[in-house]
Amino acid sequence: MILAASSGDTAVVFIEIGLILFGLGLLSRLSDRIGLSPIPAYLIVGLAFGTGGFIGPNLSMEFLNVASEIGVVLLLFTLGLEYTPQELSRGLRSNAVSGMVDLALNATPGVLLALVLGWSLPTAVLLGGITYISSSGVVAKVLRDLQRLGNRETPAILSVLVIEDLVMALYLPVVAVMIAGSDLQTGALAVTIALAIAGLLLIVALRYGHQISRVLNTRSDESLMLGVVGLTLIIAGIAQELDVSAAVGAFLVGISLSGPVQQRASSLIEPLRDLFAGIFFVLFAFRIDPTTMPPVLLPALTLAVIGIVTKMLTGWLAGRRQGFAARARIRAGTALIARGEFSIVIAGLSVGTAIDPRLLPLTATYVLILAVSGPVLTRFADNLSNTFLRGR
Amino acid sequence: MADVQETHLPGIGVRFDFPTSTGTRVGVLVHKTGRRELLVYQQEDPDECAISVDLARDEARTLAEMLGASRIIEQLDNLRQEVDGLSIDWITIDENAEWANRTLSEAAIHTQTGVSIVAMITANGPIVAPGAGDVLRPGTTIVAVGLAEGIRKLTTRLRLS
Repeated sequence: MILAASSGDTAVVFIEIGLILFGLGLLSRLSDRIGLSPIPAYLIVGLAFGTGGFIGPNLSMEFLNVASEIGVVLLLFTLGLEYTPQELSRGLRSNAVSGMVDLALNATPGVLLALVLGWSLPTAVLLGGITYISSSGVVAKVLRDLQRLGNRETPAILSVLVIEDLVMALYLPVVAVMIAGSDLQTGALAVTIALAIAGLLLIVALRYGHQISRVLNTRSDESLMLGVVGLTLIIAGIAQELDVSAAVGAFLVGISLSGPVQQRASSLIEPLRDLFAGIFFVLFAFRIDPTTMPPVLLPALTLAVIGIVTKMLTGWLAGRRQGFAARARIRAGTALIARGEFSIVIAGLSVGTAIDPRLLPLTATYVLILAVSGPVLTRFADNLSNTFLRGR
Repeated sequence: MADVQETHLPGIGVRFDFPTSTGTRVGVLVHKTGRRELLVYQQEDPDECAISVDLARDEARTLAEMLGASRIIEQLDNLRQEVDGLSIDWITIDENAEWANRTLSEAAIHTQTGVSIVAMITANGPIVAPGAGDVLRPGTTIVAVGLAEGIRKLTTRLRLS
């Protein structure tokens, strides 16, 4: 009897997960057709079917929760994988100024708006991160699709993204401690410890990346994939246990891999990441009651407009430092506008904590606006230049 | 040679470009994956690519050959290469060098220096993979493969300082 019941449950779980994945497949195909990131589509589906929407999955929730956490880990892992330690340290040396301008311009609006709305300080710090970080996935895809990788402003754009990623490595542990809701004194201590651990891991990743890569390097794709994913999850788990946030652990494992392992791992793990990250985006939106979105529409819209302006300014200033003409600076600015996966990762940290619940619908709305308008503005950057620079 | 500018694109690869005498900037983007992209910049907006052509490895090689192999010949001139610490060197044996006129087995090059002699270019033509009885005659050029340190040691035995 028990067997019969559980096999019935398995059938339901299969069908629920299958329907979700199949739906994501259709959506990403549609998004690809019109040249957009699939993230907005994933969010819309999650919103439609989640809390307050039509239906929600019941039996497979436990699996989906774990899968979505793995999605975050793999997202950060592949982010770290994109850059070699040398690229990170070179980026940090030569573009620190542009990176700091980016941080100041784009994190401030989020922090301020949260404080104006009377939200708590941890919520403000989260919102600052959400408005700060561009979506490197969307940006890279757009530049590739528009054949702009060869453009002279592209290295400037990528360097800003590199610095953002390094800032994430320090930001995530701080946030992890802040939203744990401890009082100021123990909080400060915990932040210091978390940062020390993250810094230590970063140094290990930068220094000993070669050795780690060599140990993991095998001829078989299968054992490489299993070894890398296994190591990533172990480090992510340990980092989580130490309150440094699993995401940072995974990110640092990604950074530490280099050479042939880096390249093979990225082609082997990207499909896995797409699978789990897709579940993460849908599940994020599942938690949001669509009726909570209209009340936050105005702040989200305000932040989005400011976010467009501040990223354009970031690109403009970064381009000016490198002596690019106005058209190239505008292209750089528009390319940076898109926010996406990492804003959602940051907002996702607040689930199940004392953070203001309005943060989730606000982030979803914000990302929906910017993940769509960013690529569109990037495509028409030269038309913008023609309109605005005619007088010059 | 034109002054080639090298720019690193984090996460993507390296871009090389230079301005031609006619004022058009051209370049190549070498992706980490080995794919090449041929870039031609716009004249009125030198920051923007007018044309970018994706080239697979063999296509890139074909294009390079079509453009003339002169650069490759230039590179052949200094064929002393180092690959991951492994050195390849061409050493011509001097008249009164320490190991001149010995056979390979008498010189025991491999035991003493760790270097392998993969070929000898003699007056009578090349010998590929010479045997223990072949003689290190003055004027012969040997092709040696080994660690840089061993090659240095070998050079001092085959050449007058």
